[in-house]
Amino acid sequence: MRVVFKTSYDHDIGMFRHRAQATWYVLLLTGVLALPLLLGSFLIGEMTNMLIWAIAGMGLMILVGQTGQASLGHAAFLAIGAYANVILQQRAGLPFLVSFPLAGLIAGAAGVLLAIPTTRLHGIYLAIATLAVSILVEDFIVIAEPLTGGVGGMFAADITIFGYAINRYINPDAFYWLTLAVTLLVVYFYRNLLRSPLGRAFAAVRDSEISAQAMGVNVPRTKALAFGLSTGITGLAGALMGHYSGVITHENFTVIISIQMLLMIVIGGLGTIHGAFFGAMVVVFLPQALSFLRDWVSGMTGGGSVAISGLETAVFAMILIAFILFEPMGIYGRWLKIRTYFELFPFYRKNMFRRQKSYLKTERMR
Amino acid sequence: MSPLLEFDNVTLSFGGLVAVDRLSFTVENGEVFAIVGPNGAGKSTAFNLISRFYDPVEGKIRLAGDDLVQHPSHDLAGLGVARTFQNIELFDQATVLENLLIGRHRFRKSNLLTEIAFTPFVRDQERQHRHAVEEVIDFLDLQPYREKRIAGLPYGVRKVVELGRALATKPRLLLLDEPASGLSVEETRDMAYWIEDIKKQMGITVLMVEHDMHLVSSVSDRVLAMADGHKLALGTPDEVQSHPAVLEAYLGAGDTADREAAE
Repeated sequence: MRVVFKTSYDHDIGMFRHRAQATWYVLLLTGVLALPLLLGSFLIGEMTNMLIWAIAGMGLMILVGQTGQASLGHAAFLAIGAYANVILQQRAGLPFLVSFPLAGLIAGAAGVLLAIPTTRLHGIYLAIATLAVSILVEDFIVIAEPLTGGVGGMFAADITIFGYAINRYINPDAFYWLTLAVTLLVVYFYRNLLRSPLGRAFAAVRDSEISAQAMGVNVPRTKALAFGLSTGITGLAGALMGHYSGVITHENFTVIISIQMLLMIVIGGLGTIHGAFFGAMVVVFLPQALSFLRDWVSGMTGGGSVAISGLETAVFAMILIAFILFEPMGIYGRWLKIRTYFELFPFYRKNMFRRQKSYLKTERMR
Repeated sequence: MSPLLEFDNVTLSFGGLVAVDRLSFTVENGEVFAIVGPNGAGKSTAFNLISRFYDPVEGKIRLAGDDLVQHPSHDLAGLGVARTFQNIELFDQATVLENLLIGRHRFRKSNLLTEIAFTPFVRDQERQHRHAVEEVIDFLDLQPYREKRIAGLPYGVRKVVELGRALATKPRLLLLDEPASGLSVEETRDMAYWIEDIKKQMGITVLMVEHDMHLVSSVSDRVLAMADGHKLALGTPDEVQSHPAVLEAYLGAGDTADREAAE
């Protein structure tokens, strides 16, 4: 394990722990930037989808992982972002570069509005309230036909940036780079948040509201900010999702999607940016892997295509159960353990990541 | 000049239970003031009244002449009142350093927009926060635990971290709710030295609730003894310890008529 010799406060404030870490991330960035040169259009489409889910995941992560507030209603804000973006383009004739940030702002404002009455709720009650919002928004889309096109949904036009049209099918690489740019921006803002006072205030609210208050944190206001940031980012993901799928209907934003988002960040690893990405990978690539596996199995057995309905959901549920039982820190937690194992080889101990549960144990008694 | 903290005939009741009954006392600038009393005497409730977790039913609580009731709970840190909790309320999933940095929240001058852009101003503020926190770490000898998560720390260290977090807010008035509970003899002695230093070097007024009479008599200038929500005795540690009403409340001699006479 690398021990960093710190000689100034900037070592702690900086984005990366040490130069080697920065190098790895630059390599990763180069890799993802060059990805369209290596992959075909189908896989680039899937990568784009993964990035969109990762943005949505980061949005939810700010609320659940950083601030400790449950939300089972984030599909509603995906929907608000997606519809706001398309409606602003179609009805108000705004270009993408204006409608896209506005869609985020609208979703964020909706989140703050939701937070005002719900910040007093905790745990399961908050989850129920947000679940209700998810259902309400879904119904509203169906009812408000003049605005949203009702069950027929809406078509998202091509993205046009200064006259350059971006369409998922015509130039998937451009769409990928656009999504990547948004992703990087969100990651950058997220990282900055974590190393500044507001990020710490979020953590304070998550771990102990009463002492957060005693330290001068305005708890309701901090929660409302967390809601706003979270839903705003999710709204951005929703807007991209609209352009990605081309058509948006209420069925894209059901309660199931809300739940799936929550599962995604739990599997990925709560409270970390990495977790959002790992979770998005599972959500996007698991169905692909399953269908690949299915074809392979049916090829081996010589039978026709085996179609088991609900297989995806079942596998997803099994993975979730396995994670909650064996790795509550998610994929990122597992990755940390593996990394530590190699860094310390051969001195890794089995219980290194074990948390002390008792509160009344002192060092001398051990 | 008005006293730093003033309880003026304060009453708080939960339903029929009167937790604090017409309590009056003042804490002067620069003193260590202890509140003692048996369990359920209303000591912690008095603390929570100062922290504005409860509204008094009657009476006034003033901080340097300023009525506290008009301030919400999260204003208190900004007014210079910091506290620790009886059952340690740290931010468990954060490191010691982060916990102490949250103590600096009252000095936050940046806002959401400057923070997510991480402007040079925010960076400069961060350096100042960290510098201030390092002073607390030096003072309390917390260097070995700087990067450790609270969730893995022993009880005694958590107690010290909580004291540090309160000190990081640079308070005028420090409320310590049972600072020595659960600590070993040596740790309690350290705590006593720190309380002395907090008073003498930092000039912070300390108001504490404590059961350990040895600690109380070694560090405090004045002691308030409470039972059943009201004041039994107020004076120097020796005076209070030998006060008949206090002896009665602890040892249970006599009947209620005697106590009323003593009041």
